[in-house]
Amino acid sequence: MEKQQHEIYRRMLRIRRFEEEGTRLYLAGEIPGAYHASIGQEATIVGACMALHDTDAMTGTHRSHGHPIGKGADLKALMAELMGKSTGICKGRGGSMHLADASVGIIGESAIVGGGIPLATGVGLSAKVLGTSRVCLCFFGDGAVNQGTFHESLNMASLWKLPVIYLCENNGYAITTSVAMSHGQPNIAQRAQSYGMPGIVVDGQDADAVLKVTEAAVARARNGNGPTLIEAQTYRFDEHQVGLVVPGTPYRTPEEVEKYKLHRDPIALFRQVMLSQGTAATELEAIESEVTAAVDEAVQFARDSPLPDVGGLYDHLYSRPLETSYP
Amino acid sequence: MKHENSAERRRINYLDAIVQAQTEELERDSRVIMMGEDIAIYGSGDLIERFGPKRIWAMPISEASFTGVGIGAAIAGLRPIVDLNIASFMYLASDQIINQAAKLRFMTAGKVSVPIVFRVCMYYGASIAAQHSDRPYPLFMNVPGLKVISPTSPADAKGLLKAAVREDDPVVFFEDSKLWTVKEDVPTDPDFLVPIGKAAIKRAGSDITLVAISGAMRPTLEAADALAAEGISAEVVDPRTLKPLDVPTIVTSVGKTGRLIIIENAHRMLGAAAEIAAAVAEEAFESLRKPIIRLTSPDVHVPFSPVLEEALYPRKEQIVTAAKRLLT
Repeated sequence: MEKQQHEIYRRMLRIRRFEEEGTRLYLAGEIPGAYHASIGQEATIVGACMALHDTDAMTGTHRSHGHPIGKGADLKALMAELMGKSTGICKGRGGSMHLADASVGIIGESAIVGGGIPLATGVGLSAKVLGTSRVCLCFFGDGAVNQGTFHESLNMASLWKLPVIYLCENNGYAITTSVAMSHGQPNIAQRAQSYGMPGIVVDGQDADAVLKVTEAAVARARNGNGPTLIEAQTYRFDEHQVGLVVPGTPYRTPEEVEKYKLHRDPIALFRQVMLSQGTAATELEAIESEVTAAVDEAVQFARDSPLPDVGGLYDHLYSRPLETSYP
Repeated sequence: MKHENSAERRRINYLDAIVQAQTEELERDSRVIMMGEDIAIYGSGDLIERFGPKRIWAMPISEASFTGVGIGAAIAGLRPIVDLNIASFMYLASDQIINQAAKLRFMTAGKVSVPIVFRVCMYYGASIAAQHSDRPYPLFMNVPGLKVISPTSPADAKGLLKAAVREDDPVVFFEDSKLWTVKEDVPTDPDFLVPIGKAAIKRAGSDITLVAISGAMRPTLEAADALAAEGISAEVVDPRTLKPLDVPTIVTSVGKTGRLIIIENAHRMLGAAAEIAAAVAEEAFESLRKPIIRLTSPDVHVPFSPVLEEALYPRKEQIVTAAKRLLT
């Protein structure tokens, strides 16, 4: 138990430090493209991932730097991918929105909102056909709930009792569009009722609480009792995208953001609980130093790595090179 | 791989050949599953009785997501055949086909493999109007990462579908309902395969090259017969695979004949005929003795009334007339 608490703290901190460093590198021009940070949502990610076995599968979203880290991924290939390097987890083909680290069971991170929900459902179907005990944890946001894929996939998963955990990271906003502005019925977990599966609301800033409900959902899935919808109520501390300037009236007030940062920071909350339960500050500081060193090492690795060779542009398009010269 | 020269053959039609290919592959490999609407009840040759509900998945009407479910299942170790039924339904599923199936191997540098077949039927010429009558293969030829096949004969349909199931890349298999009744002797060897990416010479000739795609093969072969009766030797080329396209076989034929007509039932703008014409113009311009002719559907939707619809697709007479024009 104590070991698990340490690991939760370690993984949440790895996400936080990785994202903080990534944000700096992005603003400094060392990371190209767009940067969607997971800061503020670490407890939901890590709490859910800790409920899985190593062999279990996961799907992520456009905001998915944290998901592989939450499942235990090494940081070096992730940071190298953000920099578009040949040593990146996708050899520079995927980038920030597609850190698909297969070594920790990630089968894809879909930057099409809701696009990963059918894939996760298919992994569940595969487990059923092959007779394995594998489950799939499917992350998506509050915006994806309004995609047709959510409705269609949850219906099929319930119909066939597929081993899938649908975990909605409800951070309140799809870019600038709030849940209130876009959901006719704003209680996301309640949607589960219409598919005949349990729908559970959990405090997404409380890693232990997320772990507990996800463990129950995983057990239910593994026992052949079908899927669960979990709505983890969380908060994104940064803008949708680092550096994004949203003109006009703010879609969320600075006071709201400050309130979450001050009082609902999942890592600060978890640290307090650990200290109050008797963990020595020195133990936590040791983890903090270790995480800082691991992130520094990842950045160094990424910086030192070569860029991809343009001659290999067609690599990985097909399972083997095409026999004809005309693609 | 045993090719077209496999010994024992049995005479069956194009549709039976497809069902036979599916059945044989389901028997051969327990990872092969089928997914589609209504397939547990009819249209698939008693598959549910033979293979059971864990192999034959009758889908709710959720094309966008059951296509994605198939892709997820393929990533996680199965080899699904997703039957999208009527081709125009695949627009609902095209996000999953294009954004997921076609891109995931590339985007993950090969960590993800998507061995899946999308079986789609181009069911046109039947007075079911525009929303049930499309020939959408050119759209998918424009998507890197996919393989696109559209056979014209029963043996090719069987051999190519079986090859598609064994392929590690996503394959879109466009069958043409205008060819369902075409009969031919088809190899019975369960390992009979037709290689993806290779065109076939359906009829050898020396005066003119006719490249016919999918359902356009029927009037093209009839036209070749009519031309032969007038002493004109037409070579009929069937690309069979549209992506990757076997340009060398077409270029070789044009090198011999110097004249090219491309016939297809899809729209004119950016169709397969347009791509083949461009490829020949780039790679064999000096072989051409006359301009290339494309005979296609016009850029208009399929109308309901039979008399209007019949006017859309290239007919034998038009092919014959065009061929004679190139030979004068």
